[in-house]
Amino acid sequence: MALTLDAKIPAGPLAEKWDRHRFEMKLVNPANKRKHSVIVVGSGLAGASAAASLSELGYRVSCFCFQDSPRRAHSIAAQGGINAAKNYRNDGDSVQRLFYDTVKGGDFRAREANVYRLAQVSVDIIDQCVAQGVPFAREYGGLLANRSFGGAQVSRTFYARGQTGQQLLLGAYQALEKEIARGGVAMFERHEMLDVVVVDGKARGIIVRDLRTGEIESHAADAVILATGGYGNVYFLSTNAMGCNVTATWRAYKKGAAFANPCFTQIHPTCIPVSGDHQSKLTLMSESLRNDGRVWVPKRREDCGKEPSEIPEADRDYYLERKYPSFGNLSPRDIASRAAKEACDDGRGVGPGGRGVYLDFSDAIKRLGRQAIEERYGNLFEMYQRITDEDPYTRPMRIYPAVHYTMGGLWVDYNLMSSIPGLHVLGEANFSDHGANRLGASALMQGLADGYFVIPYTIGDYIARTPLPAVTADHPAFAEAKAAVESRTRTLLAVNGTRTVDSFHRELGKIMWDKCGMARDAAGLRQALEEIPRLREAFWRDVKVLGTAEGLNQSLEKAGRVADFLEFGELMCRDALHREESCGGHFRTEYQTEDGEAKRNDEAFAYVAAWEYAGDGVDPILNKEPLAFENVHLSTRSYK
Amino acid sequence: MHLTLHVWRQASPDQPGRLVEYPAPDISPDMSFLEMLDVVNERLIERGEEPVAFDHDCREGICGSCGLMINGSAHGPMKLTTACQLHMRSFKDGDAIWIEPWRAKAFPVVKDLVVDRSAFDRIIQAGGYISAATGTPQDANALPIPKGDADWAMDNAACIGCGACVAACPNASASLFTAAKVTHLGALPQGQPERERRALAMVAQMDEEGFGGCTLHGECQEACPKGISIDAIMQLNRDFIRASATKVDVAEWTGAA
Repeated sequence: MALTLDAKIPAGPLAEKWDRHRFEMKLVNPANKRKHSVIVVGSGLAGASAAASLSELGYRVSCFCFQDSPRRAHSIAAQGGINAAKNYRNDGDSVQRLFYDTVKGGDFRAREANVYRLAQVSVDIIDQCVAQGVPFAREYGGLLANRSFGGAQVSRTFYARGQTGQQLLLGAYQALEKEIARGGVAMFERHEMLDVVVVDGKARGIIVRDLRTGEIESHAADAVILATGGYGNVYFLSTNAMGCNVTATWRAYKKGAAFANPCFTQIHPTCIPVSGDHQSKLTLMSESLRNDGRVWVPKRREDCGKEPSEIPEADRDYYLERKYPSFGNLSPRDIASRAAKEACDDGRGVGPGGRGVYLDFSDAIKRLGRQAIEERYGNLFEMYQRITDEDPYTRPMRIYPAVHYTMGGLWVDYNLMSSIPGLHVLGEANFSDHGANRLGASALMQGLADGYFVIPYTIGDYIARTPLPAVTADHPAFAEAKAAVESRTRTLLAVNGTRTVDSFHRELGKIMWDKCGMARDAAGLRQALEEIPRLREAFWRDVKVLGTAEGLNQSLEKAGRVADFLEFGELMCRDALHREESCGGHFRTEYQTEDGEAKRNDEAFAYVAAWEYAGDGVDPILNKEPLAFENVHLSTRSYK
Repeated sequence: MHLTLHVWRQASPDQPGRLVEYPAPDISPDMSFLEMLDVVNERLIERGEEPVAFDHDCREGICGSCGLMINGSAHGPMKLTTACQLHMRSFKDGDAIWIEPWRAKAFPVVKDLVVDRSAFDRIIQAGGYISAATGTPQDANALPIPKGDADWAMDNAACIGCGACVAACPNASASLFTAAKVTHLGALPQGQPERERRALAMVAQMDEEGFGGCTLHGECQEACPKGISIDAIMQLNRDFIRASATKVDVAEWTGAA
């Protein structure tokens, strides 16, 4: 049965939609809010800001995270900054420009109305965070400082050294802890969501595993919010934290929530290259480095083995500056990543295996002095040195693209509600704002926009308009979901095969990176679609998970997540195969211009691909939400 | 490299633990410390032995999940470095390495190297925030903050809540953790209205959790992977004394919760 995807975009001119919608929404009486309960899964920027804000409004909130504290959610690792259309620099920024940059940066595959609202509330986010005590960087005059980021020609990025995500998350976390102390939020750390419970067609609760005791618990509520992040770890190696996973959104998909554009993944251009087979994850070097660093490779292949200092200026190819003179080293991420891959494919990569390019700060150090560079990027330089044992002040960094962010996610309407009524999805877990490519410093913006300024309004409207008969965790739907989760856990432990969970995860990651990574083609994707089911079958036959279901069992946690990745990877490849065009992070080698740029096909593919689960072993159903561009002109992206 | 590990194994909080010796041959100096543990764990699983449990997540030194006593030092031998950012090139071929969990009454062991640090969250709950409910506050630039103050706030806000300061302290005091938050918020104009109550309530909670008192050994700042200075504790003490002198009613403050 095909879904009806109603995006519920409010009528009226773009700039008035959100205001009008807010006025037309039904409100929940302050005294009635405490009678309503909301479950928030995830405690990153989106989850923590939503949980705190909803509790402040008076709702009874339960918040769940798998980490030992909500402060450790992966938003904490975001380095560079957060965009806002404040125009503090008087350099021509505006809500309209941030909106346009984001839609264009996303290669015209995002929904206009959502993106415009994001740009509108961006300014409120900075005000809110400053009020909470987030220590943003400041000028000597005491006003807020800004830096530039890829894909923009204005300086609109606010930052707190190289650890902006940490500071924004701690702001939201502290607000959350304040609400926990007040009794408005019940916090469940070390709890992993393993299913959504749907009663009479509405999301009414979740099944979780208490990771300390192993107990499977049922929790009921009037509405459920998933803020569970992205699925980059399907590649095994990514810049995501080790625990990041697709499980919550995948289980929701299997309960009826459509999964939108899963093939839209972002490969970040500036990461530390892989050093060996033992590698467990990749480390990002903030894109902000491209403000002052110049990217180059040797012009001649035979120079690749030389020390960089021995290669004279004339023999270096500053390929981003050469190919994209107006954006240069600040080209958007997808373009910079692909250009690095091309240089390496051409045999001009540097470092082990020839998979690396230089990011050189010598000009900036000459111009600004070592101290200025240290102030801007000191912690990043230290991190680089620790990992590589090389000094980036005297020798250019070696960088290479790595999986970083996933634009795809559960389909949501303008109110951030999925195709399961009552199930809302925020932050990286939804698909809504970044189209086929996300611009730098926009993830933090979206997470906080969704949590602080969108969901507090839209969930009220849902609760006010929807009849919600009392449902408790004793309802048979909970017992059924719980039994299914318990049985799956038992099965994982009972296989007792010969291979570790990680060995399967690595193998899946290699398939995904080779065939559904920076460049894709139909033949490779078809091959992947044969290999993944075989690997999945081998997993369930031969995986070795030791220990018991009781108590802390990290292998069991990992096994459950990898089992879901083994299903999800197939959907990604299927989506990538069906989208016969190149756009943003999705580059199909069959569809490129003569000079190797992505070739979009707006006639056939200007839509959101929202996949609907139809049963195990059955092809999922493709639903399409057409994208209407009424306020921007669909153009070929050019950063030249 | 070939190493010998002595790892603390403890099945659950109520069972006794012990150090178990594991040979760790063929370790690359380019591995991070946690990647070395991954390799050891993979080999354990292949032999049918349960892997060593340890907390970890971002592996970039920012989430604060990992925390190991390595040869008696919190996060190991390198200054300003979390265990996940420590690389095996800091060790020599043939080394023996002792790996233990954080040891503190307020951080009970959950399993092997995993401890319960929820006491830190409860210290923040006691007052480690600025009460600014989501809404429409004034424009961010309406409140200029001298760069030096903002930088000092940021120096202290850099705390990752890993607990190394507690593990390194002979008294298992959480003073550096608590002081970092008090100092971060107290350095900013937005943090002034709640400043005195914050200091009183957070210190009261710290005591209640069973952390020891501070006797200024300074081990905490040596162990802190983020370089937070013991100056923060001086600030905490000043705020605490000033607040005590003005007799702010802590019970009313925490009771109002």
